[in-house]
Amino acid sequence: MTGVDLADTFAGFALFADLPRHRLEALAHTFEEEWFAAGQRVVRQGFGGAGFYVILEGEAVVSVDGRERARLGRGDFFGELSVLLEEPPAADVTAASALRCATLAGPHLQDVLLDYPSISLRMLQAELRRLRASNQWQA
Amino acid sequence: MKPHPPGSYPVVVVGSGPGGVQVAYWLRRMGIGYAHLSADERPGGMFQRFPVYQRLISWTKPYALEERGTEAYERYDWNSLIAEEPEHRALVAGLMDGSSYFPARSEMEAGIVSFVQKTSLPLRYGCRLTGTRRDDGDIVLETSEGDYKCRIAIFAIGATQPWKPAIPGFEDVPHYVEARPAREYAGKRVVIIGKRNSGFELADGLLPWARQILLASPRPATLSVTERSLVGARARYAQPYEDHVLAGGNVVLDVAIERVERGDGGYRVHARGTTHGGNLVLDADEVIAATGFQAPFSVLSGCEVATFNQGRLPAQTPYWESPSAPNIFFAGSITQGFGGLKKYGIPGNSAAVHGFRYNAGVMCRYIARERLGMPADDQEIAPAAVVDNLLRWVTKAPELWHQPSYLCRVIERRGASLVLGGCEPLAAFVDAPGDDAVAITIENNGKGDLYPAVYVRRDGRVTEHVLDPAPFHDFETPEHRAQLGTLVRPLLP
Repeated sequence: MTGVDLADTFAGFALFADLPRHRLEALAHTFEEEWFAAGQRVVRQGFGGAGFYVILEGEAVVSVDGRERARLGRGDFFGELSVLLEEPPAADVTAASALRCATLAGPHLQDVLLDYPSISLRMLQAELRRLRASNQWQA
Repeated sequence: MKPHPPGSYPVVVVGSGPGGVQVAYWLRRMGIGYAHLSADERPGGMFQRFPVYQRLISWTKPYALEERGTEAYERYDWNSLIAEEPEHRALVAGLMDGSSYFPARSEMEAGIVSFVQKTSLPLRYGCRLTGTRRDDGDIVLETSEGDYKCRIAIFAIGATQPWKPAIPGFEDVPHYVEARPAREYAGKRVVIIGKRNSGFELADGLLPWARQILLASPRPATLSVTERSLVGARARYAQPYEDHVLAGGNVVLDVAIERVERGDGGYRVHARGTTHGGNLVLDADEVIAATGFQAPFSVLSGCEVATFNQGRLPAQTPYWESPSAPNIFFAGSITQGFGGLKKYGIPGNSAAVHGFRYNAGVMCRYIARERLGMPADDQEIAPAAVVDNLLRWVTKAPELWHQPSYLCRVIERRGASLVLGGCEPLAAFVDAPGDDAVAITIENNGKGDLYPAVYVRRDGRVTEHVLDPAPFHDFETPEHRAQLGTLVRPLLP
């Protein structure tokens, strides 16, 4: 798995659907790859300067004040709320298994969303689905 | 007689570059039994060959704000190995000829050789690692001179093997490491693929010789001075970029390379614009791939070391241990495989000597404490001295300045007393459970602000607190004392 080009992996993710190959390639070079051992925190509740992450391989747990709220897997992303609202993350995200992520420094996420409107649209759709799910949950 | 013959040792260190030598220094100083092996015939590691155009990227200031030979001076000397004895410190500074504050490659290499000689570190040269395997709980290193059995193996083998992406035709493109003397590119049109430091280094070296230089890669160039961090090409190599923006003839291109063809005495590079779109065909006399490096992992295949980044780096814990292969640790430039908290996208400086030279001591103390059961040398500190100590460290401690937001200094509560917890990886401090404690480090928000960051652990939960920046980065002020005093008061006995 680790031998696969990042652009090839991105090509299979909903967030990056609609992007032609050369745009995917530029995007892949904008991200860095990071590896987390099971149990390691990726995003820390209340800490400034967190980044944006897309899961390439493995599973992560989202928890607030130590209580598990969600699990994320391949192709899922996290960190965007904290980055775009310029607020410390409201949750911890912890590697539930060995976890490989593509990561973008917070300040660069806005540039990517402006440069790639299709990613903005896909991200908006994902956020709306999350919102709908949480509204149904409360109802 | 060669030292460290094949046999059983508590620890074996492989590699005689600055990473391996720094680790061996601490192991010996801490009284840990070890063998130190190197395939080379002398110390120096990558500095025996690189950088190809002969001058380093990181400075050593012979005259600085702190006196040479003190610990605080290390902040201004990015290249010397560190030692507790003043006479073994700052050796690179004493070898420089004054023509630049960037040491020449040969001066850096001489600094490492001199460190090994002056500290009388025993090293077994000409001993090549050929494979690894597990034997019960132990690790066996197979070498050209026989087997070494050990509980703990530390690999300081460098990320120095050429790496090229799988692009058609790239197999015929020479890598950075195969670049020839600059004068051999006289009058030629050269395409350099890659816009990180090695690409810019080549371009800078070829400026007086090449007819035209095209620097090409998918991602726009980033420069340290605009990123306000070491994420980005260093200012020292920014001249080709200035040539490009002032239309001097050399060009920086944002393109994805699709394939490379060999033609009549030259190359044809097929590329597609990434930031502006459109196809481009670049005809060139020479092409050089400055596409990076990987660690030489084939020798570790017997120990299931997990890797990432297309197999280029080993996955690591905050103490630089392989999570998939316990008791295998890493030192030197491959410790960049653990990036730390990466706040504001800024990783630790573990890829470079000025960063990884501090990782070595932190790792050796961890191995001694956690794996070899050696007692920690805990020193008590008076409650009244806590704030002043923390502020002195954050103003002066070189490891916090060179590994900001990556390493931290810790004071822990133990029962009714407070102890100096030493220097630790910040990720280990904030993520691991532990006694009530406070840690301090330097942080950078990527906007040019440098300030102390304080992490307070109470009842197992760690909170982050940022102090104000200060002119000249002097945080030993009444205002900082007041800010920090409020934060640490709940921890005091």
